[in-house]
Amino acid sequence: MSDFYREVILDHYKNPRGHGVMESPDATAEGMNPLCGDEVTISVALADDGETIDEVKFEGRGCAISQAATSMLTEMVKGRSATDVATLPKEELLEEIGIPLTPIRLKCALLGLGVLKVALHRAKGTPLPPEWAGLASELEIS
Amino acid sequence: MAVTSPPKLDAQKLRADFPIFEQQIHGKPLAYLDSAVSTHKPRPVLEKLKDFYETSYANVHRGVYTLSERSTAEYEGARHKLAQFVNASSDREIVFVRGATEGLNLVAYAWGLVNLEPGDLVVVTELEHHSNFVPWQYIAGRTGATLKMIELDDNGELDLSVLGSIAAEGQVKVVANNLVSNALGTINPIEKLSAWAHEQGAIMVVDGAQAAPHKAVDVQALGCDFFAFSAHKMCGPTSVGALWGRLDLLESMEPFNLGGHMIRKVTFEETTWGEVPAKYEAGTQPIAEAVGFGAAVDYISEVGLESIERHEHELAVYALDRLAEVPDIKLYGPPADRRAGIVSFNLGDIHPHDVAQVLDLEGIAIRAGHHCCQPLMQKLGVAATNRASFYLYTLPEEIDRLVEGLHKARTVFA
Repeated sequence: MSDFYREVILDHYKNPRGHGVMESPDATAEGMNPLCGDEVTISVALADDGETIDEVKFEGRGCAISQAATSMLTEMVKGRSATDVATLPKEELLEEIGIPLTPIRLKCALLGLGVLKVALHRAKGTPLPPEWAGLASELEIS
Repeated sequence: MAVTSPPKLDAQKLRADFPIFEQQIHGKPLAYLDSAVSTHKPRPVLEKLKDFYETSYANVHRGVYTLSERSTAEYEGARHKLAQFVNASSDREIVFVRGATEGLNLVAYAWGLVNLEPGDLVVVTELEHHSNFVPWQYIAGRTGATLKMIELDDNGELDLSVLGSIAAEGQVKVVANNLVSNALGTINPIEKLSAWAHEQGAIMVVDGAQAAPHKAVDVQALGCDFFAFSAHKMCGPTSVGALWGRLDLLESMEPFNLGGHMIRKVTFEETTWGEVPAKYEAGTQPIAEAVGFGAAVDYISEVGLESIERHEHELAVYALDRLAEVPDIKLYGPPADRRAGIVSFNLGDIHPHDVAQVLDLEGIAIRAGHHCCQPLMQKLGVAATNRASFYLYTLPEEIDRLVEGLHKARTVFA
């Protein structure tokens, strides 16, 4: 069992990084997985260059996978460019999570990344490939 | 009146009939506590399907050849078994459908679209599965009828004190309720609701999907007009179910699906409908599945519906008792004497998906989600619950394993 809920996941779940709200963010979006009710709202502050991610905050509730994955994500993307995050492959996050996920749990794991990509797409016009647009509509991301 | 309790069934012995239990999950024996969503299939049903395909299969009601006659006899034989199973007045009152969902849609469309008018009331309950809620919400919207809700009390039971005020608001045309709630296990007072519906001049539509597998059903005693149930929840195959309806209603209603077999005469100008139940069975039916449904009814009837009900009641009593030991657990639904073998709960703030995942690693299968009852979840103020549900093959030891698993889940997420 400890193989599944790895220590690092439980740590991010119990002590989420970047948890909280941001006043006047440069980009924001929210999503909800109708299957299990997981909810995530992400806010992004960009650096003065308008491109580099300076800070990411999230709020949410739901299963350990959805919340831990979003917490891990906030650490992964800080300091990277919006364009970089737009093309960030899901595998990079899944590798960080590091446990085999069934298709249902995969959606929990990708909720945060989907929300972040939509937030950047809306604020910065970064590309949103069909795969992510599809997930965004499934996870009611707006 | 002397009450003799039905014979106790031997779940351990019955498990030998179910090949699915011959495997391990994550190195542990499978504890399948999700029978409310679908049950496993015993050998006699599996063998019947195989035997039917190998020796008797052909399309029904079509050919003049021997095989078609044999197949038709098996198919109609299954209809007869189902008619007896629910105490129908005639075999013609059993319509084969894809499942309870299709049966309820049939009533909503074929009866509702024609008979509902603006201002009419359609009364459903907060306990409904989406299958007996969404069709009525939709058809009410299409016809201008108003959807009214019978609310729940804190025990997860229907509060019938609102009936008077609902009746005062307009013409009640439909009352729809499940006999047993799939989410909370509540056993609902269908006899009372049927009587009230008929006083109002309304039809009583019962979702029996969660009741028919677990207790003896007598549609005459229930007093309802329609009763829909699914084979897959009662040891039978998927993709087949039955709608029982009063013959006069089935005869007066419009058809639902149109096409082959349901016609009397087709010309370029117009089509007339065939007799009930053919009128509602357009196209090639799930023939082998219907035959398998008959075998499933034979199987559970032989075990005995009263014995199944007793077994599940004992499991529910035991489960409510054992689960109450788990710290931070929140149990939903009525006391054991008014519920079927279904227990819904939440474990502190731990999301049901995480609980179910921890249990899966212990070989225990439970449901985690909204159970196709989003309005009910809204009422309970939760996104989802965990649900353990039992059947004739469930052992008390599996409830012990569930409790142990919940303690583990608390340790992991503490």
